[in-house]
Amino acid sequence: MTAVLEVVNLKKRFGGVAAVDGVSFDVREGEILGIIGPNGSGKSTLFNCILGQLAPSEGDVRLDGRTTTGMRPCDLNRLGVSRTFQLLQIFPKLSVRNNLILAAQEHQGTILTRLFGRRDAGLGEAADRMIAFFGLDHLATEPAGGLSYGQQKLLDAAMAFMSGPRLVLLDEPAGGVNLAMLANLKDRLKAFSEERGATFVVIEHNMEFVMSLCSRVLVLAEGKVLAEGSPAEVRANPTVIEAYLGR
Amino acid sequence: MSAKAQTLIGLLGLAIVAAFLILTPLTLHRYGIYILSEWAVMTIAAIGLNLTLGYAGQVSLAQGAFVGIGAYAAAILTTHGWPLIAALALALVLCFAIGWLLGYPALRVQHHYLAFVTLAFSTLAFLVFRNEFWLTGGTEGIDGVPRPSIFGLSTTPDLRYYYFCLFVLVLAALGALGLVRSPWGRAFLALRENPIRAMSLGVDTRRYILMAFAIGSTLGGLAGVLYAPLVGLVEPPAFALTLSFDLLMMVIVGGSGYFAGPFVGAMVAVLLPEWLRFLETYYLILYALLVMALLIYSPTGLVGIVDRFVVRRRTKAASAARAALSASIERRAS
Repeated sequence: MTAVLEVVNLKKRFGGVAAVDGVSFDVREGEILGIIGPNGSGKSTLFNCILGQLAPSEGDVRLDGRTTTGMRPCDLNRLGVSRTFQLLQIFPKLSVRNNLILAAQEHQGTILTRLFGRRDAGLGEAADRMIAFFGLDHLATEPAGGLSYGQQKLLDAAMAFMSGPRLVLLDEPAGGVNLAMLANLKDRLKAFSEERGATFVVIEHNMEFVMSLCSRVLVLAEGKVLAEGSPAEVRANPTVIEAYLGR
Repeated sequence: MSAKAQTLIGLLGLAIVAAFLILTPLTLHRYGIYILSEWAVMTIAAIGLNLTLGYAGQVSLAQGAFVGIGAYAAAILTTHGWPLIAALALALVLCFAIGWLLGYPALRVQHHYLAFVTLAFSTLAFLVFRNEFWLTGGTEGIDGVPRPSIFGLSTTPDLRYYYFCLFVLVLAALGALGLVRSPWGRAFLALRENPIRAMSLGVDTRRYILMAFAIGSTLGGLAGVLYAPLVGLVEPPAFALTLSFDLLMMVIVGGSGYFAGPFVGAMVAVLLPEWLRFLETYYLILYALLVMALLIYSPTGLVGIVDRFVVRRRTKAASAARAALSASIERRAS
């Protein structure tokens, strides 16, 4: 399988602190890669460097073999890379449906057709399908700000999938979600990966969620890769147990 | 209330407003018609600022300067024998281009820092209007700006010019409505609400910020082109910073980010002081107090009050529907 994403010796320094310190890994097509690590291990900074929110101090990011280091997030998104953030990032005043249409409208037509063309940019049906896929049917016209936290988390994830991305980076998707909603979210992610062949990179603190969802796990500590392998290998790795799992 | 009933009420309200705007001037004297014309012109400028500030969330204290650029373009060209349509074309292109350039600082600074950048531009424009005598007539300004003829019909009579301004306002409003209801409007809102998330969803925030400034400024220029023949005299104090603050007040008082906001806000800013004139020397004091009280009561402006009422009703109706659904499920279960 070819690598969709390659991260080569990526470094990000904030003054004297190396938040990401020479991280290298790749993600193969259709894979769900989990990234775990204690707080402050550099996971979100790594995401932000990959996705153009932060300029890396050193190193390379390649998408399908093409260097994308420092590319703007909106350009990366148009290349098929999507993401969610650690904290909820929806548009509370827009309806659920409009949040989803917004999430993909820039992939439709040109800037002029988006001004003079259809109000839903031809995405109404796709948005309704996504709403049904995530079980939010009864909330389609509600302002997103009125949804429960769990429902907003689902919407946040749905928005990341709306443009049909090849690679999705999810930053703590299970954070603050109750057990029933968590199971639902996991099912949706698995189904999306199987049905559409999308590749995932998931940062998560919930070990059970990561171990049951991901096919491979990368462990970060103090900005460096501590271990890499299948969930079972990582779970059995003494260094990881000592540094992260603490038992 | 059903969607059909809501549409019907909306259309009825629109018909009443249209009838008022068309018929009322027939009963007014010259000054009354002038005030209504001024309302129409300022509403266009406020619609532009509402796009930039209310929808796209970019603070601007330069809208008055764009009204000035439009007004001077109209005054300079028409007093040299050019038709108003030529002045209109020049003003729109000029304001679009300058507005686009003014958007660049917004790519680096936001909020009050951006306000100061646009304030500096406003001051710069005022200095050009006042000091470049060879072009603008300096402090004396340009007098005798003629009113245009539309398809051979002179708009010199005040009533005709009012209808012309009203017609242009309707066109501008329809254009702005089309924009805010299009994917662009959604992108503008995303820009205002959460630019980082918007960018991660493929929204080219840089391009949309520049467009928000350019389009908003163009509408300011359009208002200026109408303003010059309305007043007949174009002079620098009319486009000083005070006008930018007035326009900002129209947007905020009416309801920033609401389509109807600028219409209502311009009414408060232009018409309310006239209605309070019976208070003679105290009318501006009461006016200022009224505006302060309104913003304390409703920071989202006058349209925001209506919106809050509608949202409350919808929430109540949704709660009642949910309660009825739960009750019926319980009944079926028992």
